[in-house]
Amino acid sequence: MALKNIESVPGGPGETGSGLIQLITADGVRVPEPAYDALVADIDGAALQGLYEDMVVVRRIDSEATALQRQGELALWPPLLGQEAAQIGSGRALRSDDFVFSSYRENAVAYCRGVDLTDILRVWRGNASSGWDPYAINMATPQVIIGAQTLHATGYAMGILNDGDDAVAVTYFGDGATSQGDVNEAMVFAASFQAPVIFFCQNNHWAISEPVGLQAHVPIANRAPGFGIPSVRVDGNDVLACLAVTRQALARARSGGGPTFIEAVTYRMGPHTTADDPTRYRDANELEDWAAKDPLKRLEAHLGSLGLFDEAFTAAVKAKADAVAAELRAGCLGMAEPAPSDVFKHVYSTPNSWLDRQQDHYERYLSSFADSASSDGSS
Amino acid sequence: MSTLTFGRAINAGLRRAMDNDPKVILMGEDIGKLGGVFRITDGLQKDFGAHRVLDTPLAEAGIMGTAVGMAYRGYRPVVEIQFDGFIYPAFDQIVCQVAKIHYRTQGAVKMPITIRVPFGGGIGSPEHHSESPEAYFTHTSGLRVISPSNPQDAYTMIQQAISSDDPVLYFEPKRRYHVKGEVDEGSDPAASSMEKARVVTEGSDVTLVTYGPLVPTARDAAVAAGDDGVSVEVIDLRSLAPIDFETVEASVRKTGRLVITHEAAQSGGLGAEIAASITERCFYHLEHAPVRVTGFDIPYPYSKLEFHHLPDLDRILDGVDRVLGRPNSLSGLER
Repeated sequence: MALKNIESVPGGPGETGSGLIQLITADGVRVPEPAYDALVADIDGAALQGLYEDMVVVRRIDSEATALQRQGELALWPPLLGQEAAQIGSGRALRSDDFVFSSYRENAVAYCRGVDLTDILRVWRGNASSGWDPYAINMATPQVIIGAQTLHATGYAMGILNDGDDAVAVTYFGDGATSQGDVNEAMVFAASFQAPVIFFCQNNHWAISEPVGLQAHVPIANRAPGFGIPSVRVDGNDVLACLAVTRQALARARSGGGPTFIEAVTYRMGPHTTADDPTRYRDANELEDWAAKDPLKRLEAHLGSLGLFDEAFTAAVKAKADAVAAELRAGCLGMAEPAPSDVFKHVYSTPNSWLDRQQDHYERYLSSFADSASSDGSS
Repeated sequence: MSTLTFGRAINAGLRRAMDNDPKVILMGEDIGKLGGVFRITDGLQKDFGAHRVLDTPLAEAGIMGTAVGMAYRGYRPVVEIQFDGFIYPAFDQIVCQVAKIHYRTQGAVKMPITIRVPFGGGIGSPEHHSESPEAYFTHTSGLRVISPSNPQDAYTMIQQAISSDDPVLYFEPKRRYHVKGEVDEGSDPAASSMEKARVVTEGSDVTLVTYGPLVPTARDAAVAAGDDGVSVEVIDLRSLAPIDFETVEASVRKTGRLVITHEAAQSGGLGAEIAASITERCFYHLEHAPVRVTGFDIPYPYSKLEFHHLPDLDRILDGVDRVLGRPNSLSGLER
């Protein structure tokens, strides 16, 4: 037998059949789900419109940032196209004192946390190692090492327990990350200490070019019970269902019930990043299938059925998205350039004799050019 | 003053740090009821509770990654890595997270994590229990790396490490855990710096630089050299990153000759860094090229051969002969 990957198995990790929690179908029909309906009973028409607006805005942030990258203003951008419902539904469930540890694709979650729009772009423009003060919005800056942040969330949740607090740590990661040791160790620790942490896995079906079937041969959510962690598999393109399952997990964590694993089954409609080319590895038909399950379209249909999708509403949403995009672009173009000596800043919190010496030498080296420039000018 | 073993001195320092700051929390494998495989945390869980002395699952990346989260939450975790050779699963979290989060967040998030690592050989253990991995960490920006060589330093420096807002690797020379010494338990750790090297014995002919487990060996070598009419100045670095080069440089400007000894393998090791830095700083004061007396570039050997690998008194004296240009084991082989 030759060694090969078996990427697709019936009932495998990419399938979206039974067992998937769904409150709004791909056609926009609200369907009953007795275990979850009460959790979103407060979500009235205005609240649904709010969720829709959020999704439109973050999709617009995404397309504007992609445009900025194509125009050479950003070095790179990781689009979240297709994952708006998973991120907005979960993000809007959180309290301000909950703490998020995410990967680099959760810009919609950051938006929910109230991030300054310019701060989203700093790292991608190359102006900083990360964009914001984590304590200002209770969200760590994007983690690039795949899955590493799940341990940080678990440790943070252990600290919450020690403090006797009822906040919750929430960590976001993708299907690829579930193969990492860190993610599995995080689940061991979370179960062992019954830490108030939510593992929010966006199964977007692709880890760059590797399909989810290469990471797992069972639905990813099925793994968590083996660690002693209850799990739920939710339609990640259904914003209301994502809100409901996250609220359920938060309530469990706040009341001492420990961790929950949520698998939001969604789809990365775009490339991994702007440097990626998905046409090299995935079938256009697959993209079409998922386009039919688009998270925005289904909420449009649902709002329409409620008589809440009129021209005044759509115009207001468009105006908001345009304003956000304009602010994002202005923030990007107006970003202050870092000073050369900033390269040495914050490596340590107190002086370090090695680095101080290197900085001193480099600054004298740089100033030697200033001297020669001024002497040229005077001659 | 009380007389404590090296191990008890660390224990006393941990206890005092925990008394002074409720945010200090210990994490590691077998550190609770057992008190650690070397008993360094003996009695601390009983006195401070299981919420402050955490027996963790057996996963070093997990310990380090959750310590990062604890630090995010405002705690000052002290992590015990059971043996030097077990640190590698945590390497990614140390290098990519612990070391870089302060820089990444432009100073917003501090990582006041102390990583205690029993290190070095000479205890007859199997593979993975006798390693000297310090250079991996001294090469990583954002970390501070220290190694005490005696009970007083062990007591003081563990407290200084814990109170540091930067992450600190604290390398404990495990074969010296049972060495006894006087410890002033009332001393103020803030009154001194863990980054200042110490001149152990003064001398005028050769500067002998070392740290951690080889400090007593170097001191013995200096005595033996003295009997032979050679005056050796021994420097205990104490801090490996950053190294107090000012103290080393001042000594070499006086002696003109530098020998560096450590258990860790030679190539790319701290000896190379010290030799290069001192050569840059005071080349014209050197009478001879710096000499390294180190472990070989081999995996740590099985215990019946470990004393061929570890620098001992005679090999250090051979290095002293070499730096003096005297006939020695390598005469005729090396220019």
